[in-house]
Amino acid sequence: MDTVLAAPTPTPRPSGGLPSPTTTAGERAAALAAADAVARPTEKMSAHDLHAWFGKAEALKGITLPLLERRVTAIIGPSGCGKSTFVRCLNRMHEVVPGARVAGRVLLDGQDVYASQVNPVRVRRRVGMVFQKPNPFPTMSIRENTLAGLRLGGEKAPDPAGLAEKALRQAALWDEVKDILGRSGSGLSGGQQQRLCIARALALEPEVLLMDEPCSALDPIATARIEELIHGLRERYTIVIVTHNMQQAARVADYTAFFHLGELVEYDRTDVLFTRPSRQRTEDYITGRFG
Amino acid sequence: MTSPERHPDATGADAPASGERSGRTPSGPPPAAVPSDLLRPRARSEQVVRLVLFVCALVSIVTTVGIVVVLVRESAGFFAEVSLAEFFGDSQWTPLFDQKHFGIWPLLAGTLLTTLIAVLVALPFGLLAAIYLAEFAPERLRRVLKPALEVLAGIPTVVYGYFALTYVTPALQLVVPGLAGFNALGPGIVMGIMILPIIASLSEDAIYAVPASLREASYALGAGRLRTVFRVVVPSAFSGIGASVILGVSRAIGETMIVAIAAGQQPRLTFDPRVPIETMTAYIVQISLGDTPTGTVEYRTIFAVGLCLFLMTLVLNIAAYRLRKRMLKGGLT
Repeated sequence: MDTVLAAPTPTPRPSGGLPSPTTTAGERAAALAAADAVARPTEKMSAHDLHAWFGKAEALKGITLPLLERRVTAIIGPSGCGKSTFVRCLNRMHEVVPGARVAGRVLLDGQDVYASQVNPVRVRRRVGMVFQKPNPFPTMSIRENTLAGLRLGGEKAPDPAGLAEKALRQAALWDEVKDILGRSGSGLSGGQQQRLCIARALALEPEVLLMDEPCSALDPIATARIEELIHGLRERYTIVIVTHNMQQAARVADYTAFFHLGELVEYDRTDVLFTRPSRQRTEDYITGRFG
Repeated sequence: MTSPERHPDATGADAPASGERSGRTPSGPPPAAVPSDLLRPRARSEQVVRLVLFVCALVSIVTTVGIVVVLVRESAGFFAEVSLAEFFGDSQWTPLFDQKHFGIWPLLAGTLLTTLIAVLVALPFGLLAAIYLAEFAPERLRRVLKPALEVLAGIPTVVYGYFALTYVTPALQLVVPGLAGFNALGPGIVMGIMILPIIASLSEDAIYAVPASLREASYALGAGRLRTVFRVVVPSAFSGIGASVILGVSRAIGETMIVAIAAGQQPRLTFDPRVPIETMTAYIVQISLGDTPTGTVEYRTIFAVGLCLFLMTLVLNIAAYRLRKRMLKGGLT
């Protein structure tokens, strides 16, 4: 799957036929298929024969997968299939867990993030992450949470207020919190907290945004808002979203990868994977025969 | 019913038979067999054990109440003769002199001074030790170091007292000019060493309990380890750390032996750590061991001072309890 030639330069989205959030998933997929057939987008990131272990247990058994620039890639699969581990390997968060180990290569703009001289802190600066459970910093206000990445990185924003507003607007949270920026982030609802965490990641202007089951702790309304948000963010960011909700993958993702038992079973355009899967295991999973 | 030990409602097929055995509902389905089981009287031993445990719990409460009653009653006798205005308005404490003064401030100053020195020693060392143990020490080292640290808390305070008097003070005299043989500095530092395990151990618990999700959030934002620890983890553990410090302070205020041995017994309204002072606890020891006749106002001073001590530590312990509750309630996540 990774053998397809990468286009030499980042491809702009097709003008005119730009899929808007209001178009149906089918229309969007068709427009995207047409565009990507003409010129395949750059591989913003890619994994090559990626293995990961927790102690002796091998969680990933040689994953090779491209993540296309300014596309949403969904990772689906039953619990314990390694999908979370996979995204955590992309920004070197896997190794934070004691006893965890990684082998293989992960390229970000062609550079191996696991090369010995690479500083994992710099990788995480460019590859943002949103977690399953909203985790705003309880000791910080909403504004401080939004700017936490800069502060924790020891950087100074030239215009902190402007940056916080921009990030909160991108995360579609500004209107709800603009009058309470000094309050603690823990007082927000679960969905708002998760959008605050997205704002916190976006304030660092990452190139890639990893979302590890960002909606699994949220109610359907909050989930819909996050999905809407992803539709907007796809214009600027390369997004990888782990989800155990296949409808969600179908709604938000341009490309979908199906993981099972630490292996990549199938990767394709989302519409193709869900309507004409080429592997039996994929079909069994998406039709609900296991998982 | 060939096997009487079999449980009556083990299987549905056995149910009618077990019903017959109970002699109530010959043709009853399984539920009929249940009442005989439910009506079996509660074991007597269980009630006895419960009563014994209740009495044990009661003893500590009764003791506390008794202490408070005695303190308040004796203090009332004291304040009948010495006005509150004098107690809190006079700057001298000389109940044993001909010229009697009953101003609590010299004793209070002595207590606060030694406590302050103790906290200045214990807070930085205790907190840094806690941070190291919780965040940096390898798990195996942590398992050895933490109990070792807690051993410090088990050393009898009389040992600490003589350690302050015969070792720490002479050593300090080499570097601190004008340090008297009895002073606040030496016992204050040793008291700091004494409460260090409390602060270190409880703070370590608090830091260790900070959810991993916050550390991960910080790492994922590109923060390094030190910034993660000092800007995210430690602030999140603030309630627990605060509680540990307050409990440490509470211990220091109530500490008796070290200051009685090494701080001198001269009530003096000063914040100079080099000269002899007397703390509230040390004063109580002095009177208790002396030949002050019971029932006199001089004797009753110790109850008034004791009541003050009790109120101070009570307030601090309540504050610590509240902070810890806030921490355990998970104001963190």
